[in-house]
Amino acid sequence: MGLEEETGGSAKDVPPTEQELSAEFDTTLQKYLRGEGADLEALKDKKLKGQLTVREKLYGNSAKAAAKFEKWLMPSEGGYLEAEGIEKTWRIKQDQITREVDILSSRNQYDIVLKDLGPYTLDFTPSGRYMATAGRKGHVAIVDMKSMELIREMQVKETVRDIVFLHNETFFAVAQKKYPYIYNRDGIELHCLKEHGAVSRLQFLKNHFLLATVNKFGQLRYQDVTTGEMIGNFRTGLGRTETMQVNPFNGVIAVGHSGGTVSMWKPTSAAPLVKMLCHHGPISALAFHPNGQLMATCGREKKIKIWDLRKFEVVQTIPGHHAKTLDFSQKGLLAAGTGSYAQVLGDFSGSQNYSRYMGHSIAKGYQIGKVSFRPYEDVLVMGHSMGWSSILIPGSGEPNFDTWVANPFETSKQRREKEIHTLLDKLPPETIMLDPSKIGTVRPYKKREKPTKEEMEAEKEAAVEAVKDIALKKKTKGRNKTSKRVMKRKVLIDKAKKPFIEKEMQEAGKLAGKRKLGEETELPASLKRFVRKKAAV
Amino acid sequence: MKVKVISRSTDEFTRERSQDLQRVFRNFDPKLRPQEKAVEYVRALNAAKLEKIFARPFIGAMDGHIDAISCMAKNPNFLKGIFSGSMDGDIRLWDIASRKTVCQFPGHQGAVRGLTASTDGSTLISCGTDCTCCLINVLSFPSCHADCACLHIQANAVYVGKNAYWAVDHQWGGDLFATTGARVEIWNHNRSQPVNTFEWGTDTVISVRFNPGEPNLLATSASDRSIALYDLRMSTPARKLIMQTRTNSIAWNPMEPLNFTAANEDCSCYSYDARKLDEAKCVHKDHVSAVMDIDYSPTGREFVTGSYDRTVRIFPYNGGHSREIYHTKRMQRVFCVKFSSDASYIISGSDDTNLRLWKAKASEQMGVLLPREQKKHEYQEAVKNRYKHLPEVKRIVRHRHLPRPIYKAKELRRTVIDAEKKKEERRKAHSTPGSIVTESVRKRRIIREVE
Repeated sequence: MGLEEETGGSAKDVPPTEQELSAEFDTTLQKYLRGEGADLEALKDKKLKGQLTVREKLYGNSAKAAAKFEKWLMPSEGGYLEAEGIEKTWRIKQDQITREVDILSSRNQYDIVLKDLGPYTLDFTPSGRYMATAGRKGHVAIVDMKSMELIREMQVKETVRDIVFLHNETFFAVAQKKYPYIYNRDGIELHCLKEHGAVSRLQFLKNHFLLATVNKFGQLRYQDVTTGEMIGNFRTGLGRTETMQVNPFNGVIAVGHSGGTVSMWKPTSAAPLVKMLCHHGPISALAFHPNGQLMATCGREKKIKIWDLRKFEVVQTIPGHHAKTLDFSQKGLLAAGTGSYAQVLGDFSGSQNYSRYMGHSIAKGYQIGKVSFRPYEDVLVMGHSMGWSSILIPGSGEPNFDTWVANPFETSKQRREKEIHTLLDKLPPETIMLDPSKIGTVRPYKKREKPTKEEMEAEKEAAVEAVKDIALKKKTKGRNKTSKRVMKRKVLIDKAKKPFIEKEMQEAGKLAGKRKLGEETELPASLKRFVRKKAAV
Repeated sequence: MKVKVISRSTDEFTRERSQDLQRVFRNFDPKLRPQEKAVEYVRALNAAKLEKIFARPFIGAMDGHIDAISCMAKNPNFLKGIFSGSMDGDIRLWDIASRKTVCQFPGHQGAVRGLTASTDGSTLISCGTDCTCCLINVLSFPSCHADCACLHIQANAVYVGKNAYWAVDHQWGGDLFATTGARVEIWNHNRSQPVNTFEWGTDTVISVRFNPGEPNLLATSASDRSIALYDLRMSTPARKLIMQTRTNSIAWNPMEPLNFTAANEDCSCYSYDARKLDEAKCVHKDHVSAVMDIDYSPTGREFVTGSYDRTVRIFPYNGGHSREIYHTKRMQRVFCVKFSSDASYIISGSDDTNLRLWKAKASEQMGVLLPREQKKHEYQEAVKNRYKHLPEVKRIVRHRHLPRPIYKAKELRRTVIDAEKKKEERRKAHSTPGSIVTESVRKRRIIREVE
């Protein structure tokens, strides 16, 4: 009796933690399995079934190995900010954080004031190491963020509206007054893209090496920067456009219009993939979550809406913000920049419910033009009318980077090799689609509707015409009689018509069968004895 | 408040000295890799194209014989050597690496019909149409020299029989060998008369093969279109399978010794399970003329066939169609093929007096590969196989240039088969359901099985 109780007690203590661990392991395992396995029960082909079972097992093993790796072997851990007692995280100021954190990280919190040269916009390389900033009045600078070293600084003497890095830190594109230009890291002008004209926004699709530009009238252009070919040139036709963002998950470009619609484009079609009416007023800012499922839009009517991109429905509306710029971090935090105040929202319950996380106001009068999270760091950089500021947002960056994807500690040799490998893996523009996991899958079987009578007639005539065009061989030695030639043509035409006639007869036979049943039921009872009965089988 | 921010110190993430390797950090999270399927697809396409660029299967031809080559034998102990016998009675030992003759053995008066080496590699047995069977001791020959003159070696023993011999094969692990001609005779090395004789019917037995896993089991094929299985421990033959056309050659699967594949005159190869001969396990169809010879790879996963239509094809052991075809303008009717013992090369002997050396995998990089190269090749192969069903990749992977006569013959066969199929369908459609039964392809060519 006592023994049982003892064992019962110990059994109760051990499992819960193990269960928790295994549940956590399962969620990471699901992530690495990348979807459901194939339904092998429905297969009749035994050989294929055997081959697929082996493969599914292999996938399971590799997913397990990856999940274990993530659990045990990752070098860094993510950041966090926890409030104690009655403290609220959104009231915590940057200097408080800077005091608590180590020196290296506290160096990431600074303000750079450049009064004369206009509102600054910025862009990061995918590794987060280099930043390109451009002031409206023509000041362009490339900065190495790790060492805070100015790599190159120049004055292009023209209005600059946007700046974006190409695949590397060695190339960047600047949207200047009349045309966009591509520069080298040393500031040498490489290309002047005259075909684009005066553009207001630039975006670069990394996997496809496509530079997308939009001007304020809504003309969207795609250019392949490796070959210089213009891939697409589309009139969006929905009015004045102010914002453009690329969805990193599937390479689709979303453009925000002044009517409150957001349209999504791909380079191979002249019509947009999706047109959504998002806001009552013009769209002022647009941002995509890195997992490709959420989109945040802000309209002039001071509402931020979070959309689910699979169902195209609003998940959440956050009132009270007129954000001029939005950005999602790698971990899913949303930064909104309004006037001189930057608000960071986070989703902590896991149910896609964004709530206040942190906030920061810069000096009054400075207008925030662009907020951008630095990849792989817990840093948010804001470009404003008097320069740019960088603040610490714990928990926003991905702590563990992959050397083969984006390496903040890249050497020049690694950079050159990576450039070549990404060029070899350059995706053709046809791979841009709303659901990128469709590549390699089988199109679902669609039951073909019966062609209408006119269609069948048309097909029949087309077949007959095709046959009439065939040139018959000219025979010699008295075998080329006209009557024979005519007969041959007739035979060919009959042969071409034959399958259609057979089909018609089949259809007629079916109809007749149906009618026959109907007739039988309609006959009065006294006449039924005269109906020809089918021989009993 | 509790706060922590990501901070990476440069020393942890970079190398200490310039002699060290660069440090690599991995994160396998799928969200760091958007559009990974599209990237894989592009890599598969590139891998397929590269494979075709590097596909150079022909290595060289070994010439020296002055008449068509009728048979070849592998030496189990010496990977680099191959024996070949020709229609004028000449037997040579070749060094494959230098593609030169090492030794020339005294042959036969007529054509050499069969060659085989004993399992320990010490004896070469040859038989020919001059009713003789020669045993030659091959351990005493010197290893290959590029400029060595052809040394003539005396035969150890010559046994004379009553009828012409058609084929010979040696037992695996034993010291018996079997010759066939008018009947199947089992010999011992030391006896000048056969130890045992099997006879079933009056037709010539044209090929024989011992089972690698079961040393007492052997399969023969005769010109009465039959395949017979014999067990040495029994005094009577075991089973016989009669087909519609003659089998030219048989090969046992070395990894699954109960299965054998028969190369047939009707342009297909039939794989059978020796325990269940009423139905073929697999029918391998791709040749357009009679299949003359067949040999399995030591891995047991594929086999090579040589056919009368001047091509050599490699088939997977369980697949109905060939994965590779090799042909050359100069190669005429292929009479014998062998897979090298390391599964990397194929040797074909043909009518034009040459032995040709081919790679088993046409785009394989031969020689010692660095581990990085190996991994890269494995990755390319895997990613290509994952997307090889998609149209662009499939078009490249499946493409093989065929010589015009073979292309035309294939089209013709296709038309004939389609026409027959259509007629069969129409007959079925116009007769009572169930009255016409189509026989499965695996059983169609078998007439009956006899105990």
